[in-house]
Amino acid sequence: MTGRERIILTTHSQPALARHVKLRMDDTRQRWVLLAPERLLNPSDTAIAVLQLCDGQQKVEDIAAKLAAEFDAPAAAILDDILPVLQDLADKGYVTA
Amino acid sequence: MTAPAPIPARVPAPVGLLAELTHRCPLQCPYCSNPLELERQASELSTAQWINVLDQAADLGVLQLHLSGGEPTARRDLEQLVAHAAKRQLYSNLITSGYGVTRDRLAALTASGLDHLQISIQDSDPVNADRIAGVPGAHARKVALAGFARALDLALTINAPIHRQNVDNLAAIIEFAVSLGARRVEVAHVQYYGWGLANRAALLPTRQQVVQSIDVVAKARHQYKGVVTFDFVAPDYYAKRPKPCMGGWGRGIINVTPSGKVLPCHAAQSIPALKFDSVTDRPLRDIWANSEAFNAYRGTAWMKEPCRSCEFKEADWGGCRCQALALTGDAANADPMCAKSPSHGEIAKLALVESTAADPPALIYRTPASAAGARSPTG
Ligand code: SF4
Ligand code: SF4
Repeated sequence: MTGRERIILTTHSQPALARHVKLRMDDTRQRWVLLAPERLLNPSDTAIAVLQLCDGQQKVEDIAAKLAAEFDAPAAAILDDILPVLQDLADKGYVTA
Repeated sequence: MTAPAPIPARVPAPVGLLAELTHRCPLQCPYCSNPLELERQASELSTAQWINVLDQAADLGVLQLHLSGGEPTARRDLEQLVAHAAKRQLYSNLITSGYGVTRDRLAALTASGLDHLQISIQDSDPVNADRIAGVPGAHARKVALAGFARALDLALTINAPIHRQNVDNLAAIIEFAVSLGARRVEVAHVQYYGWGLANRAALLPTRQQVVQSIDVVAKARHQYKGVVTFDFVAPDYYAKRPKPCMGGWGRGIINVTPSGKVLPCHAAQSIPALKFDSVTDRPLRDIWANSEAFNAYRGTAWMKEPCRSCEFKEADWGGCRCQALALTGDAANADPMCAKSPSHGEIAKLALVESTAADPPALIYRTPASAAGARSPTG
């Protein structure tokens, strides 16, 4: 084995985009894209909003609270939405914590 | 400044640029995707010309840059090109054999903004690996480079081309790739174009071996879930449907050769009827949108039966044009890997005979001198 282990995200994790992953505006197609090795993803609007807050400082629960305020939705529901999204991105190596 | 000519609505903007910076390479892999006719160093584009190509590609909508070859690090100006790619927000992926790249060189490339490194390995067994690459000591250098990448925290993919001469060792190859620090592993069965086609009888695995390799990768995916991502490329000789070659001709990818020729696919020059424009005499945007070569097989209008009336024609775009030409004699035919192709039965028979022959032929290594011998008919 490699000594590397799967990252399991919790509400207290402080997620950040992995250094080799780039979130950028695609001017030609007028949408945000996530660039990774041999991958070009078009994240959902929610995922983009989350990723823009993944700075390695804010906790997942802080991010959920911010989005709750922004979209006027219950924070618990937002948390339920974004944790699996972040876990999936962490499993792909695109998000670290 | 005059506005660039508009791109016709039927033409999507390209997402990827495959920059074959040079055909020079210290290795001699017998399945190299380069054409048999290798371009010479004297004909290579200059630094300024490549930078201009990167600018044109970014303006055209390209997001991903694959720096390839040959061995791209043979270009002394690679750092400059990487830095320019970063400036234009192109995601840069360096595809290297790993030969001759020092720790300092990799550090300089990383500092210039390189996003991702891909090293190919031939086997986990150093002796067999060096035999396949055709160069003693090649394997050890790849291992060293992977170590430099780890030390620099540079994202690493290990690509393992799989064929008859290493397929039974796949589980060990995967373990080895993971031990090198790869976050992503590509288990890529060799594709039989160019040098691979010339060596098909020595490289094509049996159907049974392919099925086993699928199983090995499934197990690895499970074992390394959340730690390593696996991509698997099957050899299409045992498929019922062809691969959507390059995601469709002229739909997403531009390939520029060392001398500046612009191709819809790296093997496209094997179709002699096509003429290819060069970035030295036509803007990239114009070549992409309007050139004869890019429009020859773009979309579906060029198709004949069985593709023309097929429900999958916008899923696989009729498969690979080069393969259709090489194996059926007409580039506009359905890819013979498709079960609906009249040539499919013949291909299946041929795959069975070649892959189970007790004595496979010797490998023809990728050297300019052996190109003539490799050009004999294979279909
Ligand atoms: S007939 Fe043509 S379009 Fe249909 S699956 Fe076969 S190759 Fe693809
Ligand atoms: S169809 Fe031909 S041109 Fe396209 S990738 Fe395949 S070999 Fe290349």
